[in-house]
Amino acid sequence: MKHLDEYRDPALILRQVEAIRATCTRRWTLMEVCGGQTHAILRHGLDELLADAVELIHGPGCPVCVTPAETLDQAVLLTRRPEVMLCTFGDMLRVPGALGDLNAARAAGGEVRVMYSPLDAVALAREHPEREVVLLAVGFETTAPAAAIAVLQAEALGLANLLLLVSHSLVPPAMEALLADPDNRIQGFLAAGHVCTVEGAAAYHAIAERFRVPIVVTGFEPVDLLAGIHACVEQLERGAARVENRYDRAAPDDGNAAARAAVSRVFEPVEREWRGMGRLPASGLGLRPEYARFDAVARFGLVPPEAIGDGPCIAGQVLRGLGRPTDCPAFGRDCTPDTPLGAPMVSSEGACAAYLHYRGEA
Amino acid sequence: MTTDVVRLTHGGGGRMQAKLLDEVILPALGARALGAADAAVLDAPGGRLAMTTDSFVVRPLFFPGGDIGRLAVHGTINDLAMAGARPLWLTLGLILEEGLPLDDLRRVLASVQAAAEECGVRVVAGDTKVVETGHGDGVYINTSGVGAVREGTRIDPAAIRPGDVLLASGDLGRHGVAILAAREHLGLEPAIPSDSASVAEAVAALLEAGVPVHALRDPTRGGAVAALQELSDASGCRLVLDDAAIPVREDVHGACEILGLDPLHSACEGRFLAAVPADYADRALSVLRSVPVAAGAVAIGRAEPGEAVVIRRLATGVERRVILPAGEQLPRIC
Repeated sequence: MKHLDEYRDPALILRQVEAIRATCTRRWTLMEVCGGQTHAILRHGLDELLADAVELIHGPGCPVCVTPAETLDQAVLLTRRPEVMLCTFGDMLRVPGALGDLNAARAAGGEVRVMYSPLDAVALAREHPEREVVLLAVGFETTAPAAAIAVLQAEALGLANLLLLVSHSLVPPAMEALLADPDNRIQGFLAAGHVCTVEGAAAYHAIAERFRVPIVVTGFEPVDLLAGIHACVEQLERGAARVENRYDRAAPDDGNAAARAAVSRVFEPVEREWRGMGRLPASGLGLRPEYARFDAVARFGLVPPEAIGDGPCIAGQVLRGLGRPTDCPAFGRDCTPDTPLGAPMVSSEGACAAYLHYRGEA
Repeated sequence: MTTDVVRLTHGGGGRMQAKLLDEVILPALGARALGAADAAVLDAPGGRLAMTTDSFVVRPLFFPGGDIGRLAVHGTINDLAMAGARPLWLTLGLILEEGLPLDDLRRVLASVQAAAEECGVRVVAGDTKVVETGHGDGVYINTSGVGAVREGTRIDPAAIRPGDVLLASGDLGRHGVAILAAREHLGLEPAIPSDSASVAEAVAALLEAGVPVHALRDPTRGGAVAALQELSDASGCRLVLDDAAIPVREDVHGACEILGLDPLHSACEGRFLAAVPADYADRALSVLRSVPVAAGAVAIGRAEPGEAVVIRRLATGVERRVILPAGEQLPRIC
């Protein structure tokens, strides 16, 4: 396929792997932040090809995985109200919370719609003025602009029946939290190229400087990933620690100003809970006071039940790169994509699901 | 008909039902197809028979490349073909939702009739029920089929041996993506057409050419992966796919990349997979390619000794296990 095959060319991949191995005088530990990158690394077997030169650990960049159980429980509570039509991305339906998952809520009679874009929720709100359409808005900097535009459209259309249950999260604060952790093993980051298409690379300079860690903006195809890895280990070998963009064909250094403007008009940074990582300051987005009327939590006075423990699931360690999916006693036994105990087994971008899917390890 | 939509009274067994049958259903299926008797009485050929049944609940009813009527015929015919049988007869059970436009029903029936005629099968018995609005999705169809198994044919996945070559009769994953795109109004241009078709002719050609086929599977729900895993489990063989050889249309590939889906998990409705001894692989391919529905036939992999798993061997030499999807394919979210 044009614009894709050239980034998956096997001969080029093997040459890049050789170049990376020739660069490394020791084995380096890198974290790819984004779940899409984790998925591609496992799908194309880059972890195996590079095994003796680079250890790739998988970051918290799967939005489904880091969504707190509390938010899912709030969503389940919403589906119990007959006037509510809950809209969200398909992956969210199987993530377990204290009250079960949204699939079960749907089977119990709640109305849960799978959508592909937050703008679908605006269309539903227009078609169903008699219903309260609630958008469960999750995702990183990449999906926040569409949620913001949904709010702006609803405002322009005078729709009073579109509400948001917001659980958007921001990547740089999570990277800082990982690096500040005394158990941190990360020596270099592959930053998520898609996030930078919106945000640009500016947010990373302070992190690279403060923690003396190279951060390479990296794409999602094997050739892109290997280019990012190569640049990262070259910096490490030289003792450099700077921000480098190896995905400039898609991610301009200054990002997308229009998307950022929409986000900052509607949302503001707030403290939020990350599943497995705890509460991180200014790591999430909340509706600004002038858009508070779109807030589903306030409208319905949602109080989630007390959170449940994670049992044997080590999702928290996996999400911080401190453990591999295969270290978990439940992996592939009690915890499978059909019976997930933790979110990383649910999402197609979760590290546990990727291990089971592509390596078939149990 | 005086009304233009299906009413509950059309299923009540009274005059309205008789009118629906006489004026809409029977004429569409050919006057001689269905008698008034409670059961069709048929002259059976000698030898073994294959029988199958399948229900069709696809939404939307009409989609690029086909509709529920064609699908209901092709699906059952293909199941018979996978047993090495020549399809002969079908039954047609219609469950209609009150309010269905009669024009839609006529279109579906015309498709059933056209597909049956193209495939040389007869619809020999049928049934019609009507359910209240909201209790159906326009039309549900059940078709059962009977076919005659060729003398000496033994199709059995347990017969797959290490060394056997795996063939695909054409591009994979198209129907599932076509339906998803139509249902979710993804607006792909041009629309991806379903591959809905009968593969009976291609299977017949293979068997008539004397290829000792070990196994046949049509990769419907669960896609090629589900079909291959069944073959692997039944034979105890490790099935290794050559990633670069897997045939996927460019538009299907593109849609799957956008949606985060794997074409090997997506259903086909006009394709089959075959396992044949390596010595017969070239002959099988040239026979298949001479039949239009299998013109795109290629070898996609091989059975090897080892545990019963399905493996995708990438061009870089890395082997990745292929596993069944959890249930429904879910789009990824960023």
